[in-house]
Amino acid sequence: MTRHLRVDGPTHDDRLDHMAQGILGQPLNRLEGPLKVTGWAAYAAEARPANMVYGVLVQATVPAGKVLEIGDAPGALAVIQDKRMVRYAAQGMDQKGPTSGPDQIEYMGQAIALVVAESFEAARHAAQNIAVRYKVSSVPVEPEAVTPELPPKKQSAAGDVDKAMREAAVTLDQVWHTPSQMSAAMEPHAAIAEWDGDQVTIRAALQMLSSNRKQMADALGIKEQNLRLLSPYVGGGFGSKLGINAEAVSAAIAAKELGRPVMVAMTRQQVFDLAHRRSETRQRIRLACDADGRLTGIGHEVLVSNLPSSEFTEPVAQATPFTYQAAHRQVVHAVARIHRGCAGSVRAPGEAVGVTVFECAMDELAEAAGIDPVELRLRNIPDVEPTTDRPFSSHKLAEALREGARLFGWSNRKPTGQQVEGEWMIGMGMAAAVRVNMLVESRARVTLTQDGQAVVETDMTDIGTGTYTILGQLAAEMLGLPIEQVEVRLGDTNFPPASGSGGSFGAASSGNSVYLACEEIRGQIAKAMDCDEADLTLQDGMARAGNVARLLSDLIDGQISGEGHLQPGKTEKSHRQATWGSHWAEVAVNRWTGEVRVRRMMGVFACGRVLNEKTARSQCLGGMTFGIGIALTEAMEHDSRDGHAVSRDLAEYHIPTHADVPPLEVHFLPERDAYVGPLQAKGLGELGICGAGAAVLNAIHNACGVRVRHLPATPDKIVAGLKD
Amino acid sequence: MQITLHLNGATHDLDLDPRTTLLDALRHHLGMTGTKKGCDHGQCGACTVLMGGRRINACLTLACMAQDAQITTIEGLGSPERLSPLQQQFLDHDGFQCGYCTPGQICSATAMLEEMEAGWPSHASENLDGPFELSHAEIAERMSGNLCRCAAYANIVAAIQQAAGTTDHREDAA
Amino acid sequence: MREFTYHRAASIADLSPDATIIAGGTNLLDLMKLEVMAPPALVDITHLDLGGVEPEGEGLRIGALVRNSDLAAHPVIRRDYPVLSRALLAGASGQLRNMATTGGNLMQRTRCPYFYDRRMACNKRDPGAGCAAIGGVTRNHAILGASDHCIATYPGDMAVALMALDAVVEIDGPTPRRVPLADFHLLPGDTPHLETVLEPGEIITAVILPAPPGGQHRYRKVRDRASYAFALVSVAAVIATDGGRISHAALAFGGVATKPWRDPEVEALLKGSEPSDALFREAADILLRPARDWGENQFKIPLLRRALIATLRDATGMETAA
Repeated sequence: MTRHLRVDGPTHDDRLDHMAQGILGQPLNRLEGPLKVTGWAAYAAEARPANMVYGVLVQATVPAGKVLEIGDAPGALAVIQDKRMVRYAAQGMDQKGPTSGPDQIEYMGQAIALVVAESFEAARHAAQNIAVRYKVSSVPVEPEAVTPELPPKKQSAAGDVDKAMREAAVTLDQVWHTPSQMSAAMEPHAAIAEWDGDQVTIRAALQMLSSNRKQMADALGIKEQNLRLLSPYVGGGFGSKLGINAEAVSAAIAAKELGRPVMVAMTRQQVFDLAHRRSETRQRIRLACDADGRLTGIGHEVLVSNLPSSEFTEPVAQATPFTYQAAHRQVVHAVARIHRGCAGSVRAPGEAVGVTVFECAMDELAEAAGIDPVELRLRNIPDVEPTTDRPFSSHKLAEALREGARLFGWSNRKPTGQQVEGEWMIGMGMAAAVRVNMLVESRARVTLTQDGQAVVETDMTDIGTGTYTILGQLAAEMLGLPIEQVEVRLGDTNFPPASGSGGSFGAASSGNSVYLACEEIRGQIAKAMDCDEADLTLQDGMARAGNVARLLSDLIDGQISGEGHLQPGKTEKSHRQATWGSHWAEVAVNRWTGEVRVRRMMGVFACGRVLNEKTARSQCLGGMTFGIGIALTEAMEHDSRDGHAVSRDLAEYHIPTHADVPPLEVHFLPERDAYVGPLQAKGLGELGICGAGAAVLNAIHNACGVRVRHLPATPDKIVAGLKD
Repeated sequence: MQITLHLNGATHDLDLDPRTTLLDALRHHLGMTGTKKGCDHGQCGACTVLMGGRRINACLTLACMAQDAQITTIEGLGSPERLSPLQQQFLDHDGFQCGYCTPGQICSATAMLEEMEAGWPSHASENLDGPFELSHAEIAERMSGNLCRCAAYANIVAAIQQAAGTTDHREDAA
Repeated sequence: MREFTYHRAASIADLSPDATIIAGGTNLLDLMKLEVMAPPALVDITHLDLGGVEPEGEGLRIGALVRNSDLAAHPVIRRDYPVLSRALLAGASGQLRNMATTGGNLMQRTRCPYFYDRRMACNKRDPGAGCAAIGGVTRNHAILGASDHCIATYPGDMAVALMALDAVVEIDGPTPRRVPLADFHLLPGDTPHLETVLEPGEIITAVILPAPPGGQHRYRKVRDRASYAFALVSVAAVIATDGGRISHAALAFGGVATKPWRDPEVEALLKGSEPSDALFREAADILLRPARDWGENQFKIPLLRRALIATLRDATGMETAA
């Protein structure tokens, strides 16, 4: 039986707080952890079907045009050219395959063919040396070089920001630039495809199997039921594995053509060329406030880019309409259509760069107004969503700011440039954290056997987010079982389709579906106990109701199973749902060389119910470290002549190392959000990044007086602002 | 060409293209996929193994050059039922998320602790002659050849500090 | 990677001009995978007797196969040539330092992304093809020693410290010889594919260090992240003072030039002078006189100036870095 829930209203009953097992929220070790620390967990490229051969993608060496002819590949088994091969990755949650037809080149580095050989070495060499004849076209590659589009649905305005700026006591009007950024998950994209008749199984590195299956079936021109996707372990995603990409599609095509299993793993350089980049952004922010720091005008004008044929545009100003109050507001969202690699979702699309820049602007306004940055934010928190007057599902920004200031020792912050230790100037900075919250349709099946073993099955993925563990804890809590008696099976499209991992919605969406499946099972147990499900207590394999206590094994004949099906509902529209927090950083800036070292960093977050304190904290550590990268180290450079990615390996694209990251502190505010389903939990995978970089950048200013508005704040940018 | 690899205490005879790296010999030819390929250019550390007890990047080592050397991979340090002290601490401190860089981190940390015991200095050492403390700065610098995009860094350092309390860092199958 | 023959050398006599030497392999294999280098034959020298750090005269003889990690940790290097330990430890990662050798490190090639990318024109890779870096992304290119044919930076750290130590390269071959490190690397001029004086059939067998120079040793490396990154600017300094005046000054620079850079005029100015900010600024002026930027790397001019001044202040006790 399936239990459905459409989230049309609130869940005020905190029943998960009153379950008997007491395991949900506990900082348990990851269930799959022993496999990961020993190298036993097998990722996409790590199955070894008999007779497998190796494919290596051939990439376009011109920025745009048409492939006229592809030469031979001595030493290879085949050169696969197929019009079904895709030009770039699908966007997250696309229901169809991405644009196909690799002969038409849209950007330098696009995959145009696949070379397959008996060995990886032979395939790589052949792919590197294959002769290709092109008809080359001239295309724009610089966002500032074209007249941008202004998609009507993405513009918004209320009142008159120009007027607010003219009449305000204090104003700020500045432009920031953020470069293209990459997910740079540690596992390069890879797939192994194997056919059995008209059935194909593809083991791949993917975040969202249920939509990936639709995309892949569409791309290959086969029926969904003939396609099985497996992603039991995914070596990081951060958006880059939301949609299917060239390696998996071409592996499937080649495997069919050759009648042998084919593995295609991207090289790291190919990942930089072919995985979605986060668009570079230009952001003009205008802020107007009165003498008390109350905002009267907010303007956020954004320029992003993407290929002409891709719909996605980085939603930079996504949180701007509801974060702070102001009567006059305007969002301008411009899109330059250029021929760099495809832009798409990278961890916290929108807020990662939008909130970061906006929170730098707030810091500048606070300075201009002579108001403490924490106080300025506190004075501008709206009671309801500005422009729509919708209530917030929950709102913890003020508490996160106050609690953060106390925990971090904000009152010890010195005026700009006043704290010096040897060559180092020390400063503190802060920023608000905000990220939209959403639920996505999700299904799961839970089976409870007579011997007290529960099995959770869903095609949900665990990309490092802790899904195995939190779903196991949920089932253990709901069914009253020790965690050792719960097995969680993920990453297989043979299981009920889940939300997938993306947009911070995975844990809450799939968690609610497991909750519902367990509720269904509890209902069946209650029936056997002849009681209401609400009166049923399950703990350590025992069922109790009133004076009756029975072993679960006595109540179950064989096994019982239930499915849960969650759908987002009216609360999506009736309430503004978001997660909130605050970021705090202390940095040291070298007064000679402009090097920045983060000495201390802290985040305070409210995300509804925390499902596992340990894995939740780790999510935040990851987000905050992404913030350090955005602020200090990460930039993907493109050549202005042909748009090709110049920083296309991990020596040139600098993700933070161990030495860049100090011990980080994470605090959660207790919260139950009633409008996001019975789990009362919200997303957490991205909140940690949203604004984190601003805390670092604002701390740099406090340390040395330099405002860096062209991110990242590498030594060159700092030195440019330092005195001799 | 014929190549003999001494791996985790066992001997493997392989017939390999000379171009095969030690990493690809492990992953493609021996089915030992615990050692990961993250960049294939010595820029991430996911392929870290121990050769002659020292941590190296298997991606920048030709298999034929590894002939005669004693190689230990993550599979040789422990198993799910018998975790090495470092593996246990990584598990307890949540020193990983997606798990892909993890075998490299653990192999690297295993050798790094031995380097510290041998009195090797680091870029973070105030004095080249020590003493070298298991401080955050020392461990973080010494582990910086292992990137982790999930950014379990803070937890990895804590795990290493905890494990360093135990004397034997290996549950060596060799 | 192109196919090659592999041969393990049993003695130096096994080397042939047609085979490319591989030792640590950290840079060669990196480039071979991209087919930026495609040698038809490799000769593995790691089993030759070219290790060891031994006294030679008042100085030291460092075998070409001594690994970077062993050299950095060697007690005599730490005690007498700490700038070398510091430079080594500032480079690469623990894993790479365990692989990279002293001789191989001197042969390290540029990190210019256009050199690394076979789609792009590069005079180093393909003489006469042109230089795609000029007019492209030049943020980490050279401000010193570049030509219109090549602006690629020498990326290493070890050689920069060795320059400041007046190291000499010992070369075996048809005619064994010793070459001061200062003369070992070549400026690009119109032949950027020629990077060192090493001829086919020759091999680096050792690096010789003269008597310990004493004084204060510093290696300051400025990079885009805290570790595991190439230098934007680096300064190796060996500075001694006597009676309030600088008695010895050896300075070398990395990340800014097409080869490990040293400027005798800068050192001549410093020697015999009293340390002062004015003096250090003048030293920077002299160093940067020939500097030329390519747009995005303009920042290296002020950054090098600042790094030099800070290093000199630190080494002369005017300010401690920590």
